[in-house]
Amino acid sequence: MIPANFEYHRPSEISAAIGIIQQHGDEARVVAGGHSLIPMMKLRMAEMGHLVDLQDIEELKGIEFSDSSVVMGAMTTQHELIDNADLASRLPILREAALQIADPQVRYMGTVGGNVANGDPGNDMPGLMQCLNATFEVVGPDGRRSIPARDFYEAAYFTAREDEEILTKISIPVPATGTGYAYEKQKRKIGDYATAASAVMIGNGAASIAMTNLSDTPIWSEAAGTALAAGDVDGAVAAALDAIDPQEDMRGPVEFKKHVAGVILRRAIARAQSRVG
Amino acid sequence: MKDEVPTTEERVANLKGMGSSRKRVEDVRFTQGRGNYVDDIKLDGMLFGDFVRSPYAHARVTTIHTEEAMKVPGVLAVITAADLEPLGLHWMPTLAGDKQMVLADGKVLFQGQEVAFVVATDRYAAADGVEAVEVDYEELPVVVDPFKAMEPDAPVLREDLEGQTEGAHGPRRHHNHIFTWEQGDKDATEAVMAEADVVAEEMIYYHRTHPSPLETCGSVASMDKVTGKLTLWGTFQAPHAIRTVVSLISGIAEHNIRVISPDIGGGFGNKVGAYAGYVCSVVASIVTGKPVKWVEDRMENLMSTAFARDYWMQGKIAATKEGKITGLWCHTTADHGGFDACADPTKFPAGFMNICTGSYDIPTAYLAVDGVYTNKAPGGVAYRCSFRVTEAAYFIERMIEVLAIKLNMDAAELRRINFIKKEQFPYNSALGWEYDSGDYHTAWDKALNAVGYDDLRAEQAQQLEDFKAGKTRRLMGIGLTHFTEIVGAGPVKNCDILGLGMFDSCEIRIHPTGSAIARLGTISQGQGHATTFAQIIASEIGIPADDITLEEGDTDTAPYGLGTYGSRSTPVAGAATAMAGRKIKAKAQMIAAYLLEVHDDDVEFDVDRFVVKGAPERFKTMKEIAFAAYNQAIPGVEPGLEAVSYYDPPNMTYPFGAYICVLDIDVDTGEAEVRKFYALDDCGTRINPMIIEGQVHGGLTEALAIAMGQEIAYDEMGNNKSATLMDFFIPTSWETPNYETDHTTTPSPHHPIGAKGVGESPNVGGVPCFSNAVHDAFRPFGLTQSHMPHDHWRIWKTANGLGLHS
Repeated sequence: MIPANFEYHRPSEISAAIGIIQQHGDEARVVAGGHSLIPMMKLRMAEMGHLVDLQDIEELKGIEFSDSSVVMGAMTTQHELIDNADLASRLPILREAALQIADPQVRYMGTVGGNVANGDPGNDMPGLMQCLNATFEVVGPDGRRSIPARDFYEAAYFTAREDEEILTKISIPVPATGTGYAYEKQKRKIGDYATAASAVMIGNGAASIAMTNLSDTPIWSEAAGTALAAGDVDGAVAAALDAIDPQEDMRGPVEFKKHVAGVILRRAIARAQSRVG
Repeated sequence: MKDEVPTTEERVANLKGMGSSRKRVEDVRFTQGRGNYVDDIKLDGMLFGDFVRSPYAHARVTTIHTEEAMKVPGVLAVITAADLEPLGLHWMPTLAGDKQMVLADGKVLFQGQEVAFVVATDRYAAADGVEAVEVDYEELPVVVDPFKAMEPDAPVLREDLEGQTEGAHGPRRHHNHIFTWEQGDKDATEAVMAEADVVAEEMIYYHRTHPSPLETCGSVASMDKVTGKLTLWGTFQAPHAIRTVVSLISGIAEHNIRVISPDIGGGFGNKVGAYAGYVCSVVASIVTGKPVKWVEDRMENLMSTAFARDYWMQGKIAATKEGKITGLWCHTTADHGGFDACADPTKFPAGFMNICTGSYDIPTAYLAVDGVYTNKAPGGVAYRCSFRVTEAAYFIERMIEVLAIKLNMDAAELRRINFIKKEQFPYNSALGWEYDSGDYHTAWDKALNAVGYDDLRAEQAQQLEDFKAGKTRRLMGIGLTHFTEIVGAGPVKNCDILGLGMFDSCEIRIHPTGSAIARLGTISQGQGHATTFAQIIASEIGIPADDITLEEGDTDTAPYGLGTYGSRSTPVAGAATAMAGRKIKAKAQMIAAYLLEVHDDDVEFDVDRFVVKGAPERFKTMKEIAFAAYNQAIPGVEPGLEAVSYYDPPNMTYPFGAYICVLDIDVDTGEAEVRKFYALDDCGTRINPMIIEGQVHGGLTEALAIAMGQEIAYDEMGNNKSATLMDFFIPTSWETPNYETDHTTTPSPHHPIGAKGVGESPNVGGVPCFSNAVHDAFRPFGLTQSHMPHDHWRIWKTANGLGLHS
């Protein structure tokens, strides 16, 4: 559990961070909270010569609110999601989900940007961001661009972000008043990834459903959301289950995961519906 | 102001002796991060060793390329079996009479097996060196199923044993067979089975798991080439035995070896055995002349150091129509992994599995255990239990439930009518033990009353109706267990490890000012020995516990003992402590009589002093007596006040308990939530009630882990699928329920203070209790047995198999 040697960089500007990445190419990786990358380095499953720590870059921090959206810097920690009262009033589902991620020690360090950028299917935020129709801003040598969360994930650990780009901001449209929400997660214990989890938003004639850790990417099912918006819960669940492709692991076999995915989704829908105001 | 003369009660309280919930003296340093663990030991010029481990479960090792590793800056040596062979150290003896490779000698038998030892100036360089060693393997067919291992054409795992038909424990009948161990009367038991009104039969599997202490295993070896002395610090639950073993296998004279167990961060059996890392750190220190540290990481701990359980127990239990048990039959297939490295007394290759008649008066019984080699890590240690007692308790407590189902009886009542009665003690069991004392009916009734058993059953019946009516998707389970432990190994006449009798020891020295130091042959790993053993001495000789220093773990200073495991410290070393105290008290009596100018028989002990009989105003306190021992010339009495006792227990002790668990199962997700857990323990005389309660809480939490999710799992290729704490379940406070503790007190008649030991009872009783609760929830739907661990998917699968999802 000891990583190979690496150079540690701690730039204070995004441009400087990109410069280091350009200079070292495949040899360099950015690190945010480090909860995914550092264990992989300790296992020597990830080896890189240059680690670019983002925590001194002020531009990546802070949460901004407008009437229509919430924009948070990529280095916003999971703890801030729980602790920020303004955020909790506008997007309470973020707080509900963040409370189900790991434990307080991890949440003090773990960042939203790291959680969504790494492309780990076990992470909770990617599915949630798809459910909320968030947009990710990335910055690279050629400037800034925006990528919808629903287009971001290609396969496990493969995303639409280019190697020389850094995910800098996450922009989430604020749901209409009275929208019901729920993040429901089954896990074996504190700190575990989901056996099955789902994010549901419903209200004002619209609905959105996403599932976590039931495929090699988060699953946002348009058909499920459409069915739910029309009041067809069975249809929504059927559509979501049709879209997932869980794999067997120590959490259980495929048939079990498919079953609990349905159970968890129904519970999320029921709780979201109960919150429609 | 008049002088306050302390009352007897005040003097007793001042001692903080037995029965006092004295705060743990260890916690001052532990809670401030001031403990001194193996990895805290830093010596000048210390080197670090790290292992190259096999990625394969069964493979031939053809070539080990060390050249690139030697080029890594800081790497000083790469040690392989070829280097150890001239020293005769490429294999080492196991505690079970087998031998084990220190480093791969031509082949590997489990994933994670040690192949080469890289020595470097720091642990980073060592890790880089490990990465640079290239090993050529030829994969061999893998056997992870002990039943398949015993098939005629199964691959030969232990080629070194080829043609050996006699093992350490009798004949071997197959190339992957280790031993057969039989107890009881086979013919009589089979006759009982043939004639019985009712016979219930079931396979009870107790899955493989791991003790996984917070601190992993490690050692620091320092060979002083000038003095010829080897000092070895390590995570040893039995430091003296380690010293003797190191001497025997290395050829270094025993007086030139000093073994030190510093603070140990939990053992639970994991730190009883000898590991390749210990041997390699010693060899590397001898070769380099420098101190060498080895500390395994969590994955190495879970993959390579000793596992626990992995017993397939085929059972038959016979009874009359009324439920009186007439016989018990058990055949166990024991998966020992690649080497038989179980930690059991020599004459007990399956430990005390023959306690499997449990708390019940079963007149006829038979037990056979077959030990089998597979391509899994070696071990088979007693994970917070006396040797294989938790397997035995799980077996009988499941078989009782299976029988209750067959008889359509309430399992609480079935237990009650079969308990050994109070007046039957000492009780000779059909499988050869003499239970010292017990009062099971009293404990059982107290437990059932405490939880409101009848009301719980009524509530359960209502919930079942609601479930069937579609009003709820949760089922309620009530888990019952009455366990009997066998601890305190043990009498030298039948208990030894590597020929070392399992006595234990205590030496007490009283200082002139009336304080004291005591040293024992045991070693605390969190049990709080420095607290409780001082309490025994305080009560025995009348010196306040706060004035007594306790030391363990340094073989140069502590008297010889067999260490701490199997809940043996209190039954054996605790007895030695009381006996040493009594020797001191006897001498103190002579000194007191001299000082008081009366005959020895005319003074008597009173809490913290000797008083003249009939004249309590004439007394000498222990403090006064201690000083006199060092400054008075007393005719016929040697100066000083010290004693040592080596205690060979006449029998084991038999703690018992009644546990009841209530849990709710979500049939759709497989989640189980413990809503109530009641634990009544009878450990005989209670030395420190607070520490007992802490022990029970900790043991129950480990039991919860084992029953509900913790396992070492392998795939068909022998890959360990559970080598990180992501998949290996250790509960946090979040998953841990509240426990209600209670007790009865039935002292051991043969122990000097009547204490029986408690550290392992909650694990032994807890596992079947949690498991029985899960089974009980599904009993109305026809479930008789589903194997642990009862994690979400397995509970879900049970529910699914019973048609509860359709």
